[in-house]
Amino acid sequence: MGGREANVVLLDENGIRSDGRKVNETRKVTIKAGVLKNASGSAYIEFGGNKILAGVFGPRDVHPKHMSNPDTGILRVRYHMEPFSVDERKKPAPSRREIEISKVIKEALEPAVMLEKFPRTAVDVYLEVLQADGGTRCAALDAASVALADAGIPMRDLVCACASGKAADTLILDVNNEEDQAGQADMPIGYMPNLGKITLLQLDGVLTPDEYKKCIELGLEGCKQVYEIQKKALREKYFSSGDKD
Amino acid sequence: MKKFESKKRHVLPGDFITTAPLRLQGNVVLEGKRVIATSIGLSDVSADSVRVIPLTGVYLPKIDDLVIGTIQYIFGSSWFADINSCYQGMLLGQDVFGRGSYPTTSEMKERLEKGDIIYAKIANSDRQREPLISIADQSLGKIDSGELVKISPTKIPRLIGKHGSMIQTIESSTNATITVGQNGLIVVSCDETNGLLKALAAIRMVDEQAHLVNLTDKVKKMLESDGV
Repeated sequence: MGGREANVVLLDENGIRSDGRKVNETRKVTIKAGVLKNASGSAYIEFGGNKILAGVFGPRDVHPKHMSNPDTGILRVRYHMEPFSVDERKKPAPSRREIEISKVIKEALEPAVMLEKFPRTAVDVYLEVLQADGGTRCAALDAASVALADAGIPMRDLVCACASGKAADTLILDVNNEEDQAGQADMPIGYMPNLGKITLLQLDGVLTPDEYKKCIELGLEGCKQVYEIQKKALREKYFSSGDKD
Repeated sequence: MKKFESKKRHVLPGDFITTAPLRLQGNVVLEGKRVIATSIGLSDVSADSVRVIPLTGVYLPKIDDLVIGTIQYIFGSSWFADINSCYQGMLLGQDVFGRGSYPTTSEMKERLEKGDIIYAKIANSDRQREPLISIADQSLGKIDSGELVKISPTKIPRLIGKHGSMIQTIESSTNATITVGQNGLIVVSCDETNGLLKALAAIRMVDEQAHLVNLTDKVKKMLESDGV
């Protein structure tokens, strides 16, 4: 997407980033659970400028049949960007990048979902990126996890995700589009907060071993903040008129 | 601590419930020594066991469950019925025509056609095959009339209530006959339109407010009021 902008100031002398955030601040995240009537479970997330819709179907019959597993259910994820989600029209066919993201999101969700209760079935997760602004894979993973919980798929934990990275020689939390294009490193992290396990870790760029450790710590902080918002979204749908807890 | 634990709490997947060595009953998993919820629902810690009463989820067939299904197609000498689950219910021709009989498709169609609604029992269910259902009982078989409603299968126990209190409340105050399937499908039949509408409204209310306390009283109040 878009070329480098030569004259963008990623970090000013006061430690304020190009979009007015501090270095350890995430963008504004809002999640709404249960937005689609026809899906078993769904969620809509706004992660800064990212707008992503997630729909979960199933457990249901597997087609083609040869993909089914007699021991367990299978998880299938499709991450897709709408043609209008970016500046220049994106061809709607699945690109190399979308296939990769579908795969990493699937593998990030698999340790959490317990599909062994549903042999010979599939759970389909559809992620539609309506508007992209850097860090869509993390935002999509957050929405997918809420949608799976909304569908009632048994899960060991919710999966929350947030990126950290490096721009203007400083470690930053939640890399946005400009920082991704002109920055030095981008590290998306998927995390199961109650189990304390990382399920997604990618790194694009160069970090020293010391920076790498700090970057993970920073990213996990972001994940925990997102986790609170995920919980709030589910509480709102299921317990809003309740008086307990 | 004890008092705190005996109270039902709202939980989400991954929420910690207790460290007590209790029997795990449903929708919970043991991670090390911690019991963790795997579903959205209400945690229920009793003297010897722990479970989560789910608020969302799909129906999984259990032997001896009574379910409502819709015949989808006939294949070989079996009917296949949609039982609102990820698996289809298989109703053997033998079950209807007796052992050792080989009914033709037209004979089978005469008994049960595509689209017919049946009240059936789960006869067998395992991980290998589609669940077997049976209609070989007096109370089971084809349902001829009534209004079919679908609610979340996880809320069926709430609709029935303790010793059937909720369902009796609705039936007695509306004169409706309500057939409840464990799979979330319900058939309501009533001679009066008003009663039917009221019963349907009550069922919808249970579906929406299953996580609240004193629901039976609220439903009673709603049924006693005039408008629907």
